Amino acid sequence: MFVEKTLDFFGRFGDNNSFKSNDFNEFWGLILRTIHSDAITAVVKKMVMGANFDLGDDVILAFEKGLKREASPVGRAVLGTLIENARIAHDEQVPICQDTGMAVFFIEMGQEVHIEGALLQDAIDEGVRQGYQDGYLRKSICDPFTRKNTGDNTPAVMILDMVPGDTLKITAAPKGGGSENMSRLTMLAPSAGKRGIVDFVVKRCEEAGSNPCPPVIVGVGIGGSAEKCMILAKKALLRHVGEPSADPELAALEAEMLEKINALGMGPQGLGGTTYALAVHVEKHPCHIASLPLAVNICCHASRHKEAVL
Amino acid sequence: MANEIKITAPLDDAAVAKLKAGDQVSITGVIYTARDTAHKRLVDALDAGQPLPFDMNGQVIYYVGPSPAKPGKVIGSAGPTTSYRMDLYAERLMEKGMKGMIGKGMRDKKVIEAMRKHKCVYFAAIGGAAALIARSIKAVEIIAYEDLGPEAVRRMEVEDFKAVVINDIYGNDLYDIGKAQYRVAK
Ligand code: SF4
Repeated sequence: MFVEKTLDFFGRFGDNNSFKSNDFNEFWGLILRTIHSDAITAVVKKMVMGANFDLGDDVILAFEKGLKREASPVGRAVLGTLIENARIAHDEQVPICQDTGMAVFFIEMGQEVHIEGALLQDAIDEGVRQGYQDGYLRKSICDPFTRKNTGDNTPAVMILDMVPGDTLKITAAPKGGGSENMSRLTMLAPSAGKRGIVDFVVKRCEEAGSNPCPPVIVGVGIGGSAEKCMILAKKALLRHVGEPSADPELAALEAEMLEKINALGMGPQGLGGTTYALAVHVEKHPCHIASLPLAVNICCHASRHKEAVL
Repeated sequence: MANEIKITAPLDDAAVAKLKAGDQVSITGVIYTARDTAHKRLVDALDAGQPLPFDMNGQVIYYVGPSPAKPGKVIGSAGPTTSYRMDLYAERLMEKGMKGMIGKGMRDKKVIEAMRKHKCVYFAAIGGAAALIARSIKAVEIIAYEDLGPEAVRRMEVEDFKAVVINDIYGNDLYDIGKAQYRVAK
């Protein structure tokens, strides 16, 4: 439904109660598209459940590829078990992993979108609350000191980017604690260069060992400020597993790190083998002349993502 | 799985002594769950001279926080959580007779040493294979710390629960052995 509405002198819309999602509003010549927060809540609810029940085809394909390459029989058995586990989770619509994660969302909000109703964070939290309840997902969020569980897996983490256009893209990326605990940020000296980057990432994986449920996907952020760098590393995990960076220099770095990590011999579940990592994904961003920030965010094989565009 | 060893929980010293790092086991019997905050409470109880909510003698403790059971199911998904977070507490429970731990990931040197001393083994289940693992859990009952939700202590009846011995009572570590075998020398 397309309805043109104009603002009155005080910036209020003429007929405030009748907005539906997909309404377009004119704001002194700028066309805004209105999305109601209820639509966001509904889609978030669906996504958190779907992400936890249905492992992406890209991840399954990476298991299958690993199965062909893996040198260790135990490692192959593990990969086979993970494929079976994903099938059971999908068929029975139960969580792939009992740790259904902290609910992390990447939001790309078109500059021409106007959200009506609840605050974006509240709309997302409500979707998380409903999805984790109705989907029988585990509530894993607690107070850092008292360790008291919030009971509904909120608050969600929201990483917001403004983009051109009039759509709202939401990516749900629930993240388990075991692999998240293996994250590291380091501020290298610029002189460390690519050598220093490769050494740090490979060493981090060796230290992480069997903790993050290998086979893993290694997200690497290079550059930015400290917090930007960490976000880059997590964002790198959103890429389809094994899809190389579009930047040939980064793609080469990814291939080099993947080879070195797998040469450590840790293999699936750290029981020995040649497939510790399914992929290394690198994202970079310009940084300060004094810095070379480097972040590692490891994702376990339960690499869960769902996307929706409103 | 080839050469699978069937064991019955709770365990005794004789059963523990037979297990070697790398052995694939199938566990049937009764095990108890405890993870982060439950461990803290168990050890706080010991510090305060209070009894534990269950007799630790011979028990196998499974580090897990299951997802809620769907209607008609005994449990939701229930794979292991990372074990190093329980390292600080493990020896205290071994002193009370704990004979096995199930989790995933490496243990601290001190814990491995304590396992040798107190005759306790450490098993790993496949981290993240939680929907599959749930099928080997036949009955579940919360017996303590219900307020902790997923972290509450549960008594579980398991049947053919698959695991692998990571640390035996002889100081062997499957993670080290496996890695050395497949490491490409640099
Ligand atoms: S690291 Fe991933 S697969 Fe392993 S227990 Fe945590 S969420 Fe599950």
